[in-house]
Amino acid sequence: MSWYYIEGILIQCGYVLMVVLGLSLLTGFAGLFSFGHAGFMAIGAYMAAIGTAKWGLPFFPALLMGGAAAGVVGAGLGSMTLNLKGDYFCIATLGFGEAVRLILENWEYVGGARGVSGIPWETNLNSVLIACVVGTLALMALIRSRHGRNIIAIREDELAAQMSGINTFRYKMIALIISAVYAGIGGGLLAHYMTYIQPKMFQMVKSTEYTIIVIFGGMGSVTGSIIGTLILTFLPEMLRSLDNWRLVIYGLAVIFIMVIRPRGLMGGMELSDIFRLPARRRAARMAAERIKSMEDAGAGKEAQR
Amino acid sequence: MKSGGKEVLKLEHATKQFGGLTAVDDVTFTIREGEIFGLIGPNGAGKTTIFNLINGVYALSGGKILFDGKTIAEGAAEGRKALQLKPFQIAQMGITRTFQNIRLFKNLSVYDNVLIACHRSANYSLFEPLLRLKGTRFSKQEKALKHKAEDLLDLMGLTFYRDVISVNLPYGLQRKLEIARALALDPKLLLLDEPAAGMNPEETDSLMQMIRSIRDKFDLTVLIIEHHMDLIMGVCDRIHVLNFGKSLAEGTPSQVQSSPAVIEAYLGAQDGCVKEGER
Ligand SMILES: Nc1ncnc2c1ncn2[C@@H]1O[C@H](COP(=O)(O)OP(=O)(O)OP(=O)(O)O)[C@@H](O)[C@H]1O
Ligand SMILES: [Mg+2]
Repeated sequence: MSWYYIEGILIQCGYVLMVVLGLSLLTGFAGLFSFGHAGFMAIGAYMAAIGTAKWGLPFFPALLMGGAAAGVVGAGLGSMTLNLKGDYFCIATLGFGEAVRLILENWEYVGGARGVSGIPWETNLNSVLIACVVGTLALMALIRSRHGRNIIAIREDELAAQMSGINTFRYKMIALIISAVYAGIGGGLLAHYMTYIQPKMFQMVKSTEYTIIVIFGGMGSVTGSIIGTLILTFLPEMLRSLDNWRLVIYGLAVIFIMVIRPRGLMGGMELSDIFRLPARRRAARMAAERIKSMEDAGAGKEAQR
Repeated sequence: MKSGGKEVLKLEHATKQFGGLTAVDDVTFTIREGEIFGLIGPNGAGKTTIFNLINGVYALSGGKILFDGKTIAEGAAEGRKALQLKPFQIAQMGITRTFQNIRLFKNLSVYDNVLIACHRSANYSLFEPLLRLKGTRFSKQEKALKHKAEDLLDLMGLTFYRDVISVNLPYGLQRKLEIARALALDPKLLLLDEPAAGMNPEETDSLMQMIRSIRDKFDLTVLIIEHHMDLIMGVCDRIHVLNFGKSLAEGTPSQVQSSPAVIEAYLGAQDGCVKEGER
């Protein structure tokens, strides 16, 4: 296997990771499932591609423009759907993703079903690496703040979060917009790697794949999302020689992990937490012992009476 | 007992209908600053529904609720649209609560449960956390939040269980954690829905002490629902009795205990509750 080939897969990991990081915030931390993230990705890809290929903008501003466009559309979608209960929101995102694809297919300015070609080749290992490092650090910083904790509270119990004075609508909106921006930037990176884009690259299966990666890596874990992206992008490529069987093996691998680790690879922990795990376990064991002895004492008194 | 303070919470003809069922029927009472006020009644009397009306989880069908002199909910009437603050706004104004069927952030640690609820003690923006340096407003406020959460755990005797996932705590401690979380918002009014449910007599005793001491320490007003008559009679300044959504009686514990209407409602609907209190 040549370095050139591996580099290609790593770049693919890079733009997929941008989408997955965004989705991780929305699904893993806010607890909102989306089956329309390919739609945000498409918006970012088309906006950035039109920016460079048609309007002659430089790569970096075009990329940001793609992210911003996805964010604005995310805000629009959120204002209409975030009042809905969880399952309905999920269905709305599904409809949204398909709607975006169909609009692009029927819009001649962006090439209809043929899409946009002649996009400058700008995405390389360096640019995806920078995007992913900045994206990961920014996400971690957000999550380890009062804002991130408020978002997690929504996932844990939305009513209790409201009773704790958290404006849950606002924080779901924040999570959705940031998530859409990440997906949009991922799309822009994709467009400038492939040098052409077509609506059929953004089908619902893609959205589903990203959701699978988040769940596979473990909900509520940024490092889980990163590891999940690497494994689930490399695996199908490694198995390319097996032709159609590779998708079967991919599917079985996902099922296997979910059976042995139902909460995903990282199960809500970050990689850094693993070093703290022994101390945590010890504390939990001591607490459990004390709880048990308290209960025994309580039972003893009950019996005496 | 403090009385004659200013009015903290006032229900005026509060009414709530669920379809054909009137769960809360024309209920009026006033709670004054510093009071520990009990709300009792047989199962299904409408107690929890009243909490949900105060919190804004349910909209009033009729009547009015005032907190600190401000209207927080008002049912629609002729020539007037209904007014309803959102639950998070009411919590931010200073009413927090615990739940009858405990609602913690289950998969998070004891410490995180409280830390989340401390969020109103900081006001750094969405972008400030990006710059993680010493001496920034973000890091100073974040440190203060952590101290506050630790102090609350200390106060409720939960420090030892700090890293335990909250769902693994025994019942009694989960209820204490809910109180700690509710206190984290610096409320003026604390609503406790059956805080002693599932506790043994000693735990109930210490809970009573604790409710009094937090009332004094935080200058709180407390509204408490409880079936445990020992606790209610021992800790409350005044008690309001409900039956089938309607007000039955109101007064000091001894006044309520000797009210014929109350005794009849309890003996009729649910044997033994008041008797247990008298024992
Ligand atoms: N969301 C709802 N929809 C329909 N009916 C409801 C709803 N919430 C409560 N009720 C009904 O309203 C009545 C009062 O219920 P509520 O929970 O307030 O009683 P409670 O006094 O708290 O009783 P308990 O002591 O059992 O907790 C009950 O008949 C209940 O079935
Ligand atoms: Mg109740």
